[in-house]
Amino acid sequence: MIEVVNLTKTFKDKKRGVVRAVDDVTFRCEPGQIYGLLGANGAGKTTALRMIATLLKPVSGSATVAGYDVTKDGAKVRAAVGFLAASTALYGRLTAREMITYFGRLNGMADAAIRERVRQLADELDMHDFLDRKCDKFSTGMKQKTSIARTLVHDPAVMIFDEPTLGLDVMTARAIVRFVKDCRDRGKTVIYSSHVMSEIEKLCDRIGIIHDGQLVAEGTLSELQQRYAETDMEEIFVKAVGGEAALAAAIEKQL
Amino acid sequence: MNWNAICTVYFKELTDTLRDKRTLITTFLIPTLVIPGIIFGAGFVMTKVIKKAQTEATSVMIIGAENAPAIAAGIRENEKFQVVDAAEDFKEQISNKVIRVAVEFPAGFEAGISSPEAPDIIIYHYQGEMKSSMGRGELRSFLTNYRDGLVADGLAERGLPATIAHPFNVESQNVAPPEKVGGNAFGGFVPYIVVILCMTGAMYPAMDLTAGEKERGTMETLLCSPVSRVNIVLGKFLMTLSASVATMALSLIMFAVSALGAAKFFAGGGGGGGGAGAAGEGGGFMMLIDPWGMIGVFAMIVPMAVLFAAGLLTVSLFAKSFKEAQSYVSPLMIVVILPAVMGTLPGIELTWKTALVPITNLSLVCKEMLSGVWNWHYIAVIFGSQVLYAALALWLCVKMFNRESVIFRA
Ligand SMILES: Nc1ncnc2c1ncn2[C@@H]1O[C@H](COP(=O)(O)OP(=O)(O)OP(=O)(O)O)[C@@H](O)[C@H]1O
Ligand SMILES: [Mg+2]
Repeated sequence: MIEVVNLTKTFKDKKRGVVRAVDDVTFRCEPGQIYGLLGANGAGKTTALRMIATLLKPVSGSATVAGYDVTKDGAKVRAAVGFLAASTALYGRLTAREMITYFGRLNGMADAAIRERVRQLADELDMHDFLDRKCDKFSTGMKQKTSIARTLVHDPAVMIFDEPTLGLDVMTARAIVRFVKDCRDRGKTVIYSSHVMSEIEKLCDRIGIIHDGQLVAEGTLSELQQRYAETDMEEIFVKAVGGEAALAAAIEKQL
Repeated sequence: MNWNAICTVYFKELTDTLRDKRTLITTFLIPTLVIPGIIFGAGFVMTKVIKKAQTEATSVMIIGAENAPAIAAGIRENEKFQVVDAAEDFKEQISNKVIRVAVEFPAGFEAGISSPEAPDIIIYHYQGEMKSSMGRGELRSFLTNYRDGLVADGLAERGLPATIAHPFNVESQNVAPPEKVGGNAFGGFVPYIVVILCMTGAMYPAMDLTAGEKERGTMETLLCSPVSRVNIVLGKFLMTLSASVATMALSLIMFAVSALGAAKFFAGGGGGGGGAGAAGEGGGFMMLIDPWGMIGVFAMIVPMAVLFAAGLLTVSLFAKSFKEAQSYVSPLMIVVILPAVMGTLPGIELTWKTALVPITNLSLVCKEMLSGVWNWHYIAVIFGSQVLYAALALWLCVKMFNRESVIFRA
């Protein structure tokens, strides 16, 4: 379970001054559910997820993951989380097996348990063909599978996906989406961030729309459809952020 | 601190580094190929040059030969000299290495010899030019011998004993054991080399393990693991330290081996005459270096290697890419080399002041230890300050690794 209360993060930027990347965000995410964070570029998705994964420290507010506070019990939070983002790459000079084994060890697993787990994950993700090849030479799909296996090696209760389908072809993207659903069906707590409306619409049990650091709307898809009297996710999104002008203004601020 | 986690990180970095061609080149290829290459190459060239200079007759120009026909004839007869026709531009000829030296006898020289006002002979030479200096030496000793002959003849004519001119003899005897001679000759050089190698060895992994990881996007992956950041830094630090020490040890071993090899090789082919060259002598000295001095040097180097490894990691951590890290680290090389060179300069001795200058103090104390001087007060102070600097650098490194503005620099 993830509980985020009044979470705030500011950055000092030379040109823009103090940037409120995440501004007083509150939401909850239950086991067996996918929580979707929908937002444009620079809305604050990555910053919010990094705070939940303890990579960044919040300036105020709190987040609890699997019962542990992110500021007080960082290591325990990380042990309960699998974090997958575009910015979490693989070690190119290691093989897929070595990569997964390394993260098993970092998670304090015994070698025998890791071996068994690698076999199991390779079966599930169909990785046997490239398990002992160096990650450098992988196709994007192979890399993504290896990354997923890396996040799953310690069987975390919480999965955090930050735009996992970014830059992938349709086939690979669909495989990822199927896999995210799998995680939910196994009772994991899942957070999924994206700026692709259709993905969020299809996949998520609850949706939070984040704009300029703030959570401007939240609910199930039907709740949002009712509130904004629209069926199309894109229209809902534009209305929630306060119209196209507001969206353009926020993107302008990035530059 | 969790040793299990530190070891996990360390062994992963070791595997990763050993598969990286660029690191292997700086850590293994340079010591094993370049150092022997330089030593054999330098030895070869030196031997050739010195031999040639020694076997060739010294070209000398005699100016005013008619003023001293007897001496001039003596020079002409001596097979060491090859007399060249006198010319006005002898100074240019010396500068242009056409001739090595020139000797000038003033007008009325022969007549002036027995007068109370002793006449002067001038030897023209080019200071700092090896062949010219050698020619000057030969000419000087020829003229001194000639003069001694005249003195002896004069004394004998007057029926006086030869000891009037030489009432006593002066002899010098070396009391330094051979290893001390080696220490003095090499003592300044070894720490200097070691400092540079220490730095070169640590440089590449330090950049690759921090800025390189940021650039490739694996830093964030690693930080997602439950291992605390202290353990991650320490694992990376130990890897950098290993590379530094490995480069240094390998280079020193290769240096000793090839210096010895070169000594044998050039001495064998050289055949007497002291023409074995610098490398040959180096090999001889290497054999004679006091092993305790060597152990002392290593003990003093360890905290410095720690300082370099931690310092380089800290600096590279700020960079977002390998290239950026290189632009921060390259100037540091000069910062390190300058004080190391200071320590090798003649006349700079270990005092309480120089003992506090980092790196220079190490150079100086190593020089002393290699020549068998164990000044325990200085050694304690220098070792203590090195450990302190090293600890500070490591602490700073851990601190920087915990700062998100450094790790996630936008
Ligand atoms: N380390 C940092 N230093 C300074 N500013 C930062 C830093 N990281 C993010 N920001 C700023 O915080 C804001 C939110 O960025 P964030 O990366 O969280 O957005 P995002 O929703 O993930 O966007 P994207 O879709 O582009 O990934 C942006 O204005 C960004 O410029
Ligand atoms: Mg992002």
